[in-house]
Amino acid sequence: MSAATTHEANQGGRHDHPGHGEHANHGHDEPAHGTLGSYLWGFGLSVLLTAIPFALVMADTGLSARLVGFLIVALAAVQVVVHMIFFLHMNPRSEGGWTALALVFTLIVVVITLSGTLWVMYHLNANMMPVHSMSDGL
Amino acid sequence: MTEPSIPISPIFGRLTLAALPLHEPILVVTFIAVALGGAAVVGALTYFRLWGYLWREWFTSVDHKKIGIMYMVLGLVMLLRGFSDALMMRLQQAIAFGGSDGYLPAHHYDQVFTAHGVIMIFFVAMPFVTGLMNYVVPLQIGARDVSFPFLNNFSFWMTTAGAIIVMMSLFIGEFAQTGWLAFPPLSGLGASPYVGVDYYIWALQVAGVGTTLSGINLVCTIIKMRAPGMSLMKMPVFTWTSLCTNILIVASFPVLTAVLALLGLDRYVGTNFFTNDFGGNPMMYVNLIWIWGHPEVYILILPLFGVFSEVTATFSGKKLFGYTSMVYATVVITILSYLVWLHHFFTMGSGASVNSFFGITTMIISIPTGAKIFNWLFTMYRGRIRFELPMMWTVAFMLTFVIGGMTGVLLAVPPADFVLHNSLFLIAHFHNVIIGGVLFGLFAAIAYWWPKAFGFKLDPFWGHVSFWCWVVGFWFAFAPLYVLGLMGVTRRMRVFDDPSLQIWFVIAAFGAVLIACGIAAFLIQIAVSILRRDSLRDETGDPWGGRTLEWATSSPPPDYNFAFTPVIHDNDAWADMKKRGYERPLTGFRPIHMPANTGTGVILSGLSIGLAFGLIWYIWWLAGLSFLGILAVSIAHTFNYHRDFHIPADEVSRTEAERTARLAAGVPA
Repeated sequence: MSAATTHEANQGGRHDHPGHGEHANHGHDEPAHGTLGSYLWGFGLSVLLTAIPFALVMADTGLSARLVGFLIVALAAVQVVVHMIFFLHMNPRSEGGWTALALVFTLIVVVITLSGTLWVMYHLNANMMPVHSMSDGL
Repeated sequence: MTEPSIPISPIFGRLTLAALPLHEPILVVTFIAVALGGAAVVGALTYFRLWGYLWREWFTSVDHKKIGIMYMVLGLVMLLRGFSDALMMRLQQAIAFGGSDGYLPAHHYDQVFTAHGVIMIFFVAMPFVTGLMNYVVPLQIGARDVSFPFLNNFSFWMTTAGAIIVMMSLFIGEFAQTGWLAFPPLSGLGASPYVGVDYYIWALQVAGVGTTLSGINLVCTIIKMRAPGMSLMKMPVFTWTSLCTNILIVASFPVLTAVLALLGLDRYVGTNFFTNDFGGNPMMYVNLIWIWGHPEVYILILPLFGVFSEVTATFSGKKLFGYTSMVYATVVITILSYLVWLHHFFTMGSGASVNSFFGITTMIISIPTGAKIFNWLFTMYRGRIRFELPMMWTVAFMLTFVIGGMTGVLLAVPPADFVLHNSLFLIAHFHNVIIGGVLFGLFAAIAYWWPKAFGFKLDPFWGHVSFWCWVVGFWFAFAPLYVLGLMGVTRRMRVFDDPSLQIWFVIAAFGAVLIACGIAAFLIQIAVSILRRDSLRDETGDPWGGRTLEWATSSPPPDYNFAFTPVIHDNDAWADMKKRGYERPLTGFRPIHMPANTGTGVILSGLSIGLAFGLIWYIWWLAGLSFLGILAVSIAHTFNYHRDFHIPADEVSRTEAERTARLAAGVPA
């Protein structure tokens, strides 16, 4: 895919609004590239955040299954953040703030979808499902 | 036709000669007509040696303008198919009274109403809207093309592949008999064992790839490729609504893909996501598909809100009233469209608290929409209105859409919805907003931008004929459905017992015939305009006194759109340039870097059809080979280094000089 190949700023000498040019002049808009150190940090944290859930399941911790479930989901959420920071190089300034804006929008949509679905399906399950399958609807 | 016990052969899967609907005279006649018509087209193309031209200049083109036009052609062709389905239903319902069974057997009728809905949404409205955005957005933001030109071509061909898969189901096997959203358990393997639902799943999955990629492409284009000076709040409203629409596409189509994938797993490998037993829950399907489905209706209507904004401002000769509020209304609708999905299944039983919440959010979403209507009215207020065709469609939209919006608010009240749910009142409501909003908007847009795309205006006489047939026909066709719905008639009925209802269905059928005249007049309008193109010619590139950037370039625009990327100072960029006495640059042209054409999109789409066909008919070798082919071609394409070229400076000078000459020879405006 020839991204933006079609579009050098061919402005015929008129550069009076350089700040707004979303064209070839990247520079400060460019997403940050990671360093070896940051990649290693990300890798190490990911391994750690994957190992803990495994340990929680494999080792006989004596915690309730429900608590372990919540812990695994929480650690997964933390790992998502680790990936976004160390591998996707997201920060409030990358791509002129568009990445952060996209993240906020994604979060809004995901939160609406997940919490809405849980809420709706909980009620549907309680009201409509036959009694014998109440426990396995969700 | 449901024969679950068909043996699966290793070569043909479950495809046998029995799959050809030879026993259905309607389909046989249709097939003969299509075959003759198709043979005539192929013969003509061969005779006039047009295949090479089509392949080089159109099929493999990565030019957003040509892809946009191809999307519009696809939408128009599929409109004819989807509308034939509508006519068949209207005829069936008008005659199936007093013991008559009508002329459509049940399993055929059920396919017809399913195909009508699927085709009209996915293969008429979506290609039209995508084509429009493809054509107009890069021109409005002063760009040479979209961000990913090859991806654009690929998206178009994937959408086309989806349409082809649906069309194949007409003559090979059957289509789904489930309604346009294929709710389980009806769409599960138990109730629909044959190929209909599989056609549905794979047509939408293949087309969905195209839609999602094109959404990503246009979001990227609008964010990254605006001309210098065009800050977000200086973007034309159509570009704004396109941005919001494509964000909605990117955020919601994956949900559709996922839910159809889960349904596919249920059907192919025996999972139990949406089955009635083994822990499955069909209500989850309904919930998930409407999480996509509600944003989808705003995906369809938002770009047309943009069109009406452009048309109203242009033909009132004024700046759009309340630009800022228009933008905010669009953004608010974008977010709110994710908060209302449950109003599609109030009656499924989620109870008072849930229903109240979604009833209230649904009523709230009508506020920004209402604000837009007032903005258009205030734009017209004390404007010098010219009632050209696009403006007529816009006024018809406002009158029609407001009624549809009000019946929508009525349906948003959960207790009222318990009475009206699944009735013809609902059918009348959503046709009222989709025809009155999306379709009227598309006709406004086609009349408005046709001169830009082809260099001549559309013939006004046949345009008026089409307009009046459509608007009057719409009311004849759908007002009776409101009445019937209030009397309790449910949707998707094939035969009726109560003879007092028949007159309403006859009126509705008459309306459908009027709409057929409207479509015919539209086709005649195109033909007449092409024949009379010399007298309808526009040399200025700005036939309407336009306000946005696309009118700054020639009609049709050169391949490179703008010889120099314009610099923007105001949000009606072209109106501002005209006011400041803009002079076209005549010298100093430089070579222009352009993306090169490629046939990869066509090949991948063809292989996708093979993959889908293999999966639908359980022809595993075909599916496997096609899948490997897709991988191989995709990888091979990454080694294609002939991706771009430069239009030499003299060629740009020559093109621009021709335009200078035409402008000088043109009528003094």
